[in-house]
Amino acid sequence: MDTEKRAEEFQQRIDAGEKIEPKDWMPERYRKQLIRMMSQHAHSEVVGMLPEGNWIERAPSLKRKLVLLAKVQDEAGHGLYIYSAAETLGISRKEMVEQYIYGDAKYSSIFNYPTLTYADICAIGWLVDGAAIVNQTMLARSSYGPYSRSMVRICKEESFHKKQGYEMIARMANGTEEQQKMAQDSVNRWWWPSLMMFGPHDSDSPNSAELIKWQVKLKTNDELRQHFVDRTVMEAKAIGLEIPDPDLKYNEETGHWDFGELPWDEFWNVIKGNGIMNKERIKTRKKAYEDGAWVREAATECARKKKLGEEKAS
Amino acid sequence: MSENSSNKNEWPLWEVFTQPKSGKPHQHAGSVHAVDAEMALQNARDVYARRNEGVNIWVVESKHITSSTPEDMGPFFDPANDKPYRHPQFYSVPRAVKKRS
Ligand SMILES: [Fe+2]
Ligand SMILES: [Fe+2]
Repeated sequence: MDTEKRAEEFQQRIDAGEKIEPKDWMPERYRKQLIRMMSQHAHSEVVGMLPEGNWIERAPSLKRKLVLLAKVQDEAGHGLYIYSAAETLGISRKEMVEQYIYGDAKYSSIFNYPTLTYADICAIGWLVDGAAIVNQTMLARSSYGPYSRSMVRICKEESFHKKQGYEMIARMANGTEEQQKMAQDSVNRWWWPSLMMFGPHDSDSPNSAELIKWQVKLKTNDELRQHFVDRTVMEAKAIGLEIPDPDLKYNEETGHWDFGELPWDEFWNVIKGNGIMNKERIKTRKKAYEDGAWVREAATECARKKKLGEEKAS
Repeated sequence: MSENSSNKNEWPLWEVFTQPKSGKPHQHAGSVHAVDAEMALQNARDVYARRNEGVNIWVVESKHITSSTPEDMGPFFDPANDKPYRHPQFYSVPRAVKKRS
């Protein structure tokens, strides 16, 4: 069968809502785009451990420390679910990891901002994980079976991430004057970067149309961003925190909250690698990868010797 | 890219199957890398069963799995389509009996 005919049948399967599985025929570009998108997503989960990991040792109580440890461990798990799903497309884990440690593979820009106070940990749970849920709930219906299944698993855990963050920031917003200030300050700093998590405007997003045609994504960046704003404005109001946007206004006609233009210069600048923490994050990941090399080698060697011993004994 | 890396070989890939509850069948959960079966089980527990998602785990090295191919989806499963007599609906039952059941 020629490629064109196959591509047509492939599109029909997608349009009929069928899921694509690893061994199914797929256009080369579908495979490439998925590898790009899924590996970026997995890198983001892994880098995402760093800003929060920064506060594990300084958590305000044992309870919060346990919660934060569990959350950060989940993020490692998320990275692994997605790497594992991406490997079904024929790329090795090692290749993906090295594309990002030594190459120029991207990850979500949000993790290139520093966590200055404990309130930032609260704001991240509420806003960053909240935005991730909006995105990942959509991806749970993605056309690629392994990706969609990994998202279903992730979404179950994300609601814990968001709730623990929202609960903490609500408590701070209701605390002493100093705590209230801290909570508001962190929202001021994390609000716009959280909106940037949905990516550029649809008009500046060259991949969007294709990804939607293939049902890898089901909604556009701007649609998802709007959905996030609508629900987060309510949550902010409920706990008495201000959203730092003078243009934020409820639109009676559309039933949505209108909001101001994002600081796009900052967005592109962080993507280009000039964010406050870009260099630090890559440096930390590289160090972990390289310092861990001997452990990986030793484990391989240990397993080899054990196997050899077992063979001799039998 | 690999010239940057000091470990030449990746740990083997294992497929993970978890049993959600006793009495239920095992289900594919995903995969992990591990040097041997014991490590694969431990990694599988940490990655796929942090919240009691499983009461039992199977791991098998991915290279040992044989799967039917999507191309023979039609012919391979064909024998099932022309044998309606394998289903109870194929048989008629006297009306009086039908009512009672
Ligand atoms: Fe996550
Ligand atoms: Fe999360």
